[in-house]
Amino acid sequence: MLTKRIIPCLDIKNGRTVKGINFVDLRDAGDPVELAAIYAASGADELVFLDISATEERRKTLANLVLKVAEKINIPFTVGGGISSVEDVDILLQNGADKVSINSSAVKDPDLINRLAAKFGSQCITVAIDAKLIDGEWIVHLVGGKVPTELNLFEWAKEVEKRGAGEILFTSMNNDGTKNGFANEALARLSTELNIPIIASGGAGNMQHFCDVFIEGKADAALAASVFHFKEIEIKDLKEELKNKGIPVRI
Amino acid sequence: MIGIVDYGSGNVQAIATIYKNLNLECKIIANPSELELADKLILPGVGAFDATMEQLLESGLKEKLDHLVLNEKRPVLGICVGMQILADSSEEGLLPGLGWIPGKVKKIDTSNFVHKPYLPHMGWNVLKPLHESIFTDIEETLGFYFVHSYYFECQNSENVLGTTNYGAKFTCAVKHQNIYGMQFHPEKSHSNGVKLLKNFASL
Repeated sequence: MLTKRIIPCLDIKNGRTVKGINFVDLRDAGDPVELAAIYAASGADELVFLDISATEERRKTLANLVLKVAEKINIPFTVGGGISSVEDVDILLQNGADKVSINSSAVKDPDLINRLAAKFGSQCITVAIDAKLIDGEWIVHLVGGKVPTELNLFEWAKEVEKRGAGEILFTSMNNDGTKNGFANEALARLSTELNIPIIASGGAGNMQHFCDVFIEGKADAALAASVFHFKEIEIKDLKEELKNKGIPVRI
Repeated sequence: MIGIVDYGSGNVQAIATIYKNLNLECKIIANPSELELADKLILPGVGAFDATMEQLLESGLKEKLDHLVLNEKRPVLGICVGMQILADSSEEGLLPGLGWIPGKVKKIDTSNFVHKPYLPHMGWNVLKPLHESIFTDIEETLGFYFVHSYYFECQNSENVLGTTNYGAKFTCAVKHQNIYGMQFHPEKSHSNGVKLLKNFASL
């Protein structure tokens, strides 16, 4: 049986992890490769590296990081952040990334999804969608949730699937950072209406939230950052808990 | 020395990295004349069936591989599409496969799925292995990482080395004499994958 995936997300700036990382057993808390290796050893099923730097050098730095990660980590990993062309993706995949995640560039140029899927295959194209519930409607936002669009989450998700995305990474802006649980209602609807895997993001605070996102939210995978970085939840414990609740996990 | 055959498929480097970290000698080989140097061979795989076969034919690798594997009986491990091309044919393509293990590659049937019928089968799944030295020390519940929409249906059941479940049970590991095939990606399967590649090296 295919297992539910637990995915730690690492924010990267200029080749280093940023945001609070609280790993006592790390020699260098900013080294993404070292952190990634610890996550892989503790049972993470995949990793996501999200590049948030805005320098001219970002492409080169990111490609270098991917190369280093690929040398040390032998679980699948996704790279996202500022990817806007076939060339960008080509470099990252050639350096050893398994998948890429695109967000704003897909909204600005939806045909990019078709071009990427045609060239590299749907299985390595994840489309990330940030959305906020406003007056009862889920509205897609850009630039880390700052800029609203005209797009409705469910309509956009269906279009993304039709254009060849292999997975959707949905972040609820209402839940992100609250530690009050995932947006299970919206997730369940996405999961039911779409035929590609849905990765849930935003709101993880405790282990019960992960149980809920897989059962109520019908998600295929759950992504989180701070609860793992600050060791509030150990992946090993989380997987034991999920297994006890009858949720299929790799353990 | 383990020769990782390079026919333009991805994941070549990932396999080489694992062997490098294990301190086992390996080489990425694109030139047919260098195949001779390898006492074991790996056929990696990301890509489509026909594109892979075309590449093997045009490069002259196929002819040399046929000789080393079938006549000299050098151990070979096919991974993902590298496993599928061991078969006679595939529903994914028109070209014949290598035909080293009797069987056909078929598309996973999702018609009986209770949940959403999505392909590819992507993620971690458990392998039910038969007792074989290539699976020594494998921790069954940790599983392996899969990304595929087609599977190998063996003509002879004695060639089935392991199965997994996705909607229905299907073959995900095959063996015929010196020829092995794995549908999943050991190079992306963390500790289990490393063990499997190590076991293959010590066959």
